[in-house]
Amino acid sequence: MDKLTELLKLLQNTESIEINEFRMDVDELELHIMPALQRAIQKTVEVREAVEALPEEEFEPPVKTYPGEVAQVKLGEGTREPVYLGGQKALYRFEEPQPNPPVVTFDVFDIPMPGLPRPIREHFSDVMEDPGDWARKAVKDYGANMVTIHLIGTGPKVMDKSPREAANDIEEVLQAVDVPLVIGGSGDPEKDPLVLEKAAEAAEGERCLLASANLDLDYRKVARAALDHNHAVLSWAITDVNMQKTLNRYLMKEGLKREDIVMDPTTCALGYGIEFSIDVITRTRLAALKGDADLQMPMSSGTTNAWGSREAWMKKDEWGPTDYRGPLWEIVTGLTMMLSGVDIFMMLHPTSVRLLREIGETFTREYMTTETPDLREWITELEY
Amino acid sequence: MQVTAMDVYRLLPKTNCGKCDESSCMAFATKLIEKELTLDDCPQLGENERQKLEDLLAPAVREITFGPEKNQVVVGGDEVLYRFELTYYNPTALVVDLPDDLPSEEIMKRASDIMNLKFERTGEELTLDAIALRNKSGSPEKFAEAAGALAELKFPVVLCTFDPEAMRAALEVLGDQKPLLYAATKDNLQEMADLSISYGCPLVLFSPGDLEEMKNLTRRLRAMGLTEIILDPGTFTGEGIGDTIDNFVMIRRLAVEERDEDFRFPIMGIPALSRLSGGDPVEDNIKEATVAATLMNRYADILILGGTDIWELMPILTLRQGLYTDPRKPQTVDPGIYEFGDVDENSPVILTTNFSLTYYTVEGDLKAGDVTAYLLVLDTEGRAVDVSLAGGQLTGTAVADLIKDSGIEDRVKDKVLIIPGLAAPASGEIEDDTGWKVLVGPRDSSGIPDYLEKLASE
Repeated sequence: MDKLTELLKLLQNTESIEINEFRMDVDELELHIMPALQRAIQKTVEVREAVEALPEEEFEPPVKTYPGEVAQVKLGEGTREPVYLGGQKALYRFEEPQPNPPVVTFDVFDIPMPGLPRPIREHFSDVMEDPGDWARKAVKDYGANMVTIHLIGTGPKVMDKSPREAANDIEEVLQAVDVPLVIGGSGDPEKDPLVLEKAAEAAEGERCLLASANLDLDYRKVARAALDHNHAVLSWAITDVNMQKTLNRYLMKEGLKREDIVMDPTTCALGYGIEFSIDVITRTRLAALKGDADLQMPMSSGTTNAWGSREAWMKKDEWGPTDYRGPLWEIVTGLTMMLSGVDIFMMLHPTSVRLLREIGETFTREYMTTETPDLREWITELEY
Repeated sequence: MQVTAMDVYRLLPKTNCGKCDESSCMAFATKLIEKELTLDDCPQLGENERQKLEDLLAPAVREITFGPEKNQVVVGGDEVLYRFELTYYNPTALVVDLPDDLPSEEIMKRASDIMNLKFERTGEELTLDAIALRNKSGSPEKFAEAAGALAELKFPVVLCTFDPEAMRAALEVLGDQKPLLYAATKDNLQEMADLSISYGCPLVLFSPGDLEEMKNLTRRLRAMGLTEIILDPGTFTGEGIGDTIDNFVMIRRLAVEERDEDFRFPIMGIPALSRLSGGDPVEDNIKEATVAATLMNRYADILILGGTDIWELMPILTLRQGLYTDPRKPQTVDPGIYEFGDVDENSPVILTTNFSLTYYTVEGDLKAGDVTAYLLVLDTEGRAVDVSLAGGQLTGTAVADLIKDSGIEDRVKDKVLIIPGLAAPASGEIEDDTGWKVLVGPRDSSGIPDYLEKLASE
């Protein structure tokens, strides 16, 4: 295309032109361009006037109403300071703020857990011999809302602790802290129901969360233990909405109510399938708000899974220090789950817990009611 | 407001000619909606219908392109709110800030650091997309000088200034590389719009914390004839992050569900603003990554960051890689036997799953450790070891079938299978069903080279 045609095309399609950048023979300009130029200038004036005259429009926030709502689950009674999960009637703050902020529960183990990554161990090495001290430190020093006591030592291939011994550990942790507890087994499908049964009995009246009921073990026994001693149950399915629905229905058939169940749809760590968890958690929460009664429970995330990712723990100089990588990997995993709809997080690192809670706490506030920084001059003000 | 296959079908020739390789025009309509085929695949389309179809099929969020011809960045193009409904298109562009008040050698050094940053994951090279040249100095000359230096690199640039004079000066040296202009505000709208039109560069509209103002300004830009717009509703961090999330969500919801023409544009977030208050550099990096991850999860199409430390960028790049995979296609590799090194009848046999993340991790470790071995890849429908174990894809019978179908039995002398540490609970079952001796390997594949060495010395 020659310059002239190019220019004419520009004049046709635009509302203004730059006359001082316009280098062209004056004769040619007079001959061919003037009429177009006049038209363009006239048009530009018209457009400017039209733009100036555009009436201001009001902004309507795209708020939706939802037929369903998430049940509110209470954890902690008796000597515990209670914590509430769930209760959402909407997806986002601008529709309706969440009634309860997300909750973090610190992982504590009944044995010293040699496999814990160094950035965690260095915070807890002084208390790892004693689950009560460990729990106390998590609450006192790191502000845990709750504590999860994993009874790993009951595993037949670990220390094969008896259900009675597990119950003793539970009693010790209950003595040490006044926050609600999640009680986890060792993952052995045969033994976990027996262990949870005894632990539930030991924690009678304290309303703990028993973790977990799933389709691979005797979930009836777990449900019964919760019903007999007034606890809630963690209903765990493997990244599958239908499996989760089925299990929840089974648990409710045993007599548990929605207010007694927290779901764990499985947290795949960042980089190791987190997108599957995003999809399942998003679909579950949407289904609940749309009215699916089998999925109207709050959700939990085993955020600690993030530490299994090699990017979190593997020593590799070109990736930078694991001291920073680990917590960041955990927080991005937890955060992603939180934004997808998770209500309670099992976590390990103090920094991750702090930052996650800071964001989570804003979820209970009304839209545009916090003071926001003035960003208008950021281009010249930003320094680091 | 979603366009259906029926809406598309009505405008097609309805001849079922099959030249698009689909059995019917209805099937073609479905493929069009899913972006698996394009209008060019239909040879019988009339000009009139084509125009209508193009409008109908324009994505809910318009696609915007910037950067020099051979190195362009495309942002936007999304159709849905949730990735399980349909893939998110065009991964979030990651842009790194470069203030113009640095000495010129430092400008070039930082630019080359940004251009060369790489993080390899699962067979893919993850990189950054553009440089945000920021007129921190406030001087048009300095800005133009830095822009001129960057022009040599032919790398995509976002020019950041609210001063039209500085913008014009930078465009005089960089204007032919289609930089993204940041930003128009209510105070400089006309001047920035004029520059955007005369240089043919897309324009960001900055309207912090006020969507009503944003809507009215977008309407004015559109009335001036601008179509290439990106929206920055302000990135409030700290206590304000909830408001930022709300604004991002409202914009995207209006685009996708209401097809509100004033909001059908990509969204920009600036996690670097978490550094405005200034603090400990490590804490700042962690906070910035946190904001970036938050906004990427909630529809950010382009982000400006301040950090270039790899440990900060790794989780952001990894999250992006995951978010933008196609949820309809499991990320898998073909099951079967894979050979590493010079294998013979004495080489060990290792089992893994066909989840591509798992496979590429194992592959990387075997190669890095110079291992000679057969790798048996089990079809777990793209699930990782622990997930497929729990989900019932990794079972004794499945492994027995794999051993039989792959013919590995004819290729090795001893029937010994090394299974992943995470599959240990299934070791007995695998042994029973396959008749092979099963050894439980390390939990993480990085331990395989050491494990094999130890095994060989025993």
